[in-house]
Amino acid sequence: MIKLSDISRTFQVGNEPVHALVGINEEIQQGEHVAIMGPSGSGKSTLLNILGCLDKPSTGSYRLDDQEVAELDEAALTMVRRHQIGFVFQFFHLVHRLSAAENVELPMIFAGQPRAERRRRVASALEAVGLTPRAEHLPDQLSGGERQRVALARATVMEPEILLADEPTGNLDSASGRVVLDLLDRMNDEGLTLIVVTHDLKVAHRADRILVLVDGRIERRVAGDQISEILAMLAEDDEA
Amino acid sequence: MTLADLFRFSLKGLTGHGLRTALSLLGVVIGVAAVLILTALGEGARRYVIDQFAGLGTNLLIVVPGKTETTGTVGAGGVPNDLTLQDAAALVRAIPEIQRVAPLTMGTEQVAFGERRRQVAILGTTYDYMLARQIEIAKGTFLPDEEMFRGSPVAVVGPKLAREIFAGEDPVGKIIRVGGWRMRVVGVLAWQGVKMGVDFDDLAMVPVSTAMQMFNRTSLFRILIQSSSHADLDMLRDKSRQLLTERHGEEDITVISQDALLTTFSGILAALTLALGAITAISLTVAGIGIMNVMLVSVSERTREVGLLKALGVGRRQILSVFLAEAALLSTLGGLIGLGVGWSAVAVLVRIYPAFPASTPNWAVAAALTVSMAVGITFGLLPARRASRLDPVAALAGR
Ligand SMILES: Nc1ncnc2c1ncn2[C@@H]1O[C@H](COP(=O)(O)OP(=O)(O)OP(=O)(O)O)[C@@H](O)[C@H]1O
Ligand SMILES: [Mg+2]
Repeated sequence: MIKLSDISRTFQVGNEPVHALVGINEEIQQGEHVAIMGPSGSGKSTLLNILGCLDKPSTGSYRLDDQEVAELDEAALTMVRRHQIGFVFQFFHLVHRLSAAENVELPMIFAGQPRAERRRRVASALEAVGLTPRAEHLPDQLSGGERQRVALARATVMEPEILLADEPTGNLDSASGRVVLDLLDRMNDEGLTLIVVTHDLKVAHRADRILVLVDGRIERRVAGDQISEILAMLAEDDEA
Repeated sequence: MTLADLFRFSLKGLTGHGLRTALSLLGVVIGVAAVLILTALGEGARRYVIDQFAGLGTNLLIVVPGKTETTGTVGAGGVPNDLTLQDAAALVRAIPEIQRVAPLTMGTEQVAFGERRRQVAILGTTYDYMLARQIEIAKGTFLPDEEMFRGSPVAVVGPKLAREIFAGEDPVGKIIRVGGWRMRVVGVLAWQGVKMGVDFDDLAMVPVSTAMQMFNRTSLFRILIQSSSHADLDMLRDKSRQLLTERHGEEDITVISQDALLTTFSGILAALTLALGAITAISLTVAGIGIMNVMLVSVSERTREVGLLKALGVGRRQILSVFLAEAALLSTLGGLIGLGVGWSAVAVLVRIYPAFPASTPNWAVAAALTVSMAVGITFGLLPARRASRLDPVAALAGR
């Protein structure tokens, strides 16, 4: 369903071009769980933003469900982001003046869903992440793990096909991180395509396969359970 | 997204930072209240003048000696002829449509009763003056309804003059001295205050021919003509002018219609009110800049939120409308509060000065509200556009 052909992304910083992504070719199937790893600045977030239609590649083709994304106009991209893609961020990005329930309701308000429907889906989304008792809490009144679970409920309430997560546990301790990862796993089991950017091997370990980015290129593709291989590779990097 | 949802979301955006919202509201509140109060004052002044004129009687023409309009050449004998009692009598005789004529002469004299004396205005006129000017008598009678050439030695005194020189005694029937003349007081006027610059409480009225002898005058100050119907007024003015021009051999008098005066004054004051409204509306533009400022701060503070909204699949137009709705809410809310403040201020004013009929005209209310809303939306447009055009990735990073 996701087909990247020869994707590159170049930023212009002053007169210097910065090649964040170079010649990416990759296919990701419906329901897959893919982890993206790599050193800082290797282009992981850039790739995720392109996958989420927040950014456009400088060259190459990105086909989503056999539709060339470059051909979509702003309104169509908005619809793709609204219906097909969910985002989870390292810093949660909750709206601080809105309660947990209202944060989850947000995408449905702008999608024009009727109130009763919204209320029903907020309730079930919060229940799915185990936060029904925290529905009326403001983000400031929630722990980090709880905030990320609210963000997760919000990202999935529109029932997207793809969930993109950029360091979803980057700001969490291991216990609450595990709760979030378990939730992600469960949603993936239910058919959600999951693409997670992470530095953490324990996170990557859960994926079907891992893409290792180095300097904007896919340096290696490994299965999730072959962590030792990655360890070896990272050791090589350290020596270099 | 429904309008109700949009406004609910925008309202939450405003209540997020109360002080900033309140301060920008204040600008609109002051602007709208200022429009209401100042136009109320202007309108009050207009009504005050109308009331003053109305208190002077209706369907009146005023004949003044002298020609006010500039003519081509200075004719021989540029000094105007006297406006005489004979002229007044001729008007009554010759023009049947005239209901009544009241000749007027004015001067100042000392009025004395016993040892008490007081320098006051003396108004020489006739019985008809009371009817034309709707003058009320508190005690006794007005000047006798007699032939205008016959000056009986009688006087009507204003209530203040009566209080000062009679010190509690009943003035009616008493003999006073006006200048060197002995006169019997036949009545006391009711309190009515200053009208058209004459203090009717502190004067004495005597028959016109008495007054003219007293002041040794041959010319009247003016002649009031009252018509029985408003429709005849223009015709009467022309006829009167014609008659007096014939009698004098030249047009050396001016006939003013009180209604024309009133219309002129009313027009001037209405224009003044409009100007006041327009000037204060400018202060609303300043309030609009305040709104723009607040919205710009709000947009830059909420850059990440805008990025998030874009990632959630919120379109450009929707983001635009969120921020526009916030600006519109600010200005509408400010406008409504300003309306309340302005109205209350006018109500207080009217309570303190009941004689001054201050009242905000409806057009000013409508204009203030419309302008404040238009200003809010206009000045909200720039920040809202800025928000809607943010790059989602940069916005999420807070850039
Ligand atoms: N808007 C931008 N303008 C210029 N250069 C950029 C921009 N965004 C990213 N880059 C550059 O592109 C490269 C890849 O950035 P990216 O954010 O994708 O890295 P990353 O792998 O997510 O790193 P990290 O693990 O630190 O999050 C980096 O060298 C970064 O400096
Ligand atoms: Mg990153």
